[in-house]
Amino acid sequence: MFTTIVLPILILTALGLLAGLLLALAAKFMAVKTDPKFDQIREVLPGANCGACGYAGCDAYAKALAGTPGIKTNLCVPGGDKTSRAISAVLGVDFADVEEVSAMVKCGGDCDATDYIMEYRGPQTCSACNTFYQGRGKCSHACLGFGDCVAVCMFDAIHIVNGVAVVDKEKCTGCGMCSRECPNALIEMRPAGNVVFVGCSSHDKGAFTRKVCANGCIGCKKCEKVCPTGAAKVTDNLAAIDPKTCINCRACEEACPTGAIRSYPLKK
Amino acid sequence: MKEIFMILVSAILVDNFVLSKFMGVCPFLGVSKKLDSAVGMGLAVTFVMVMASAVTYPIYKYLLLEYDLTYLNTIVFILVIAAFVQLVEIVLKKFIPALHKSLGVYLPLITTNCAVLGVTLLNVDNSYNFLNSIVNGAGAGLGFLLAMVLFSGVRQRMEGCDIPDSFKGMPITLVAASLVSLSFGGFMGVVDGLFK
Repeated sequence: MFTTIVLPILILTALGLLAGLLLALAAKFMAVKTDPKFDQIREVLPGANCGACGYAGCDAYAKALAGTPGIKTNLCVPGGDKTSRAISAVLGVDFADVEEVSAMVKCGGDCDATDYIMEYRGPQTCSACNTFYQGRGKCSHACLGFGDCVAVCMFDAIHIVNGVAVVDKEKCTGCGMCSRECPNALIEMRPAGNVVFVGCSSHDKGAFTRKVCANGCIGCKKCEKVCPTGAAKVTDNLAAIDPKTCINCRACEEACPTGAIRSYPLKK
Repeated sequence: MKEIFMILVSAILVDNFVLSKFMGVCPFLGVSKKLDSAVGMGLAVTFVMVMASAVTYPIYKYLLLEYDLTYLNTIVFILVIAAFVQLVEIVLKKFIPALHKSLGVYLPLITTNCAVLGVTLLNVDNSYNFLNSIVNGAGAGLGFLLAMVLFSGVRQRMEGCDIPDSFKGMPITLVAASLVSLSFGGFMGVVDGLFK
């Protein structure tokens, strides 16, 4: 009687009690305090989990802000100044402006300027097409035009227009999702104040670039010569404009023989 | 020494928990979408399997076997493992936050993972001693990790594929899992040949 019924019940009860007691004690003595600031900060963040701040998501950024002092409050690009101000208010630190960035597509190879070398019938995504002989375009650096960037954009700010991704600068919040998605790494995040950029990312020699695309940079260095501040530089057959020194004078845009250098209209 | 290697190789390759015994299939399908989460889950399972083997052994040996209560194995092991995993989570959170961060989200998932319970029950069934139990736990965990890593690679390849509508999502995943499992059938008899 005792060994068949009472003992098993006793043993199970004792084990359960022991485990429960151990857990209760552990929870009491090894509790880790959660910061009340975390919830407040998490609330003012936009919650897009885009990762523009450099953390894994809004939760991670809020945790870092609440936990360690000295982390910049202006890292949330989609939230902009408003979010930065709210976070600063919660933490009681000085408010700092958000450096706004926006996406710019470094390819101008639209359907008029370049052509396809194959009729691609595979899965209709850029990443799949790019693994198939470096994509369907004549230029292996070109925008693939299936819109992987369009699919990830949460703000409807990027579209495929005439075969090439085009950013709607008014809607772009600068979260950088498209920039991480593009298999050819064509989308660059540049300061929003800088409106002139090079719409090409081909490091091929000028003669070859000219053969495959009418809008490509051929590395002629004309932009270098006309730039008053030395912001335009040609390295490895490709022009680049340093946003820190560029004054948006657009001299390079006018000088560019192929139209590889483009610009957005200046904000009034 | 030979016996330990035999247990290890057999637990990792021949009797792979996911691919040969079909235990722990739920996390295997659920968390294998990305390589880093697959590795995290695999490591967490390995860790818990080793610890569970170590914890359940004395309870079985000195409590259940002593009083002839081996029919209580399953329920006692579930209780002990669940409590233990919770305890590990609390301790990790307090003392090793870095490890808690990388394993943390997976630990609660493992509480009721049948693979962990399976390891402890198999230890008892095969009447392993303490060291053999731990080695079996480690082997089973590493086998789980291997299966997760392999399968996450397969799934990443599937993302770029044109899959018929009726097979999209879970059906094609199950088909792929069965093919991977089939490939592990090739290890059958390896242990007998290796350690003759």
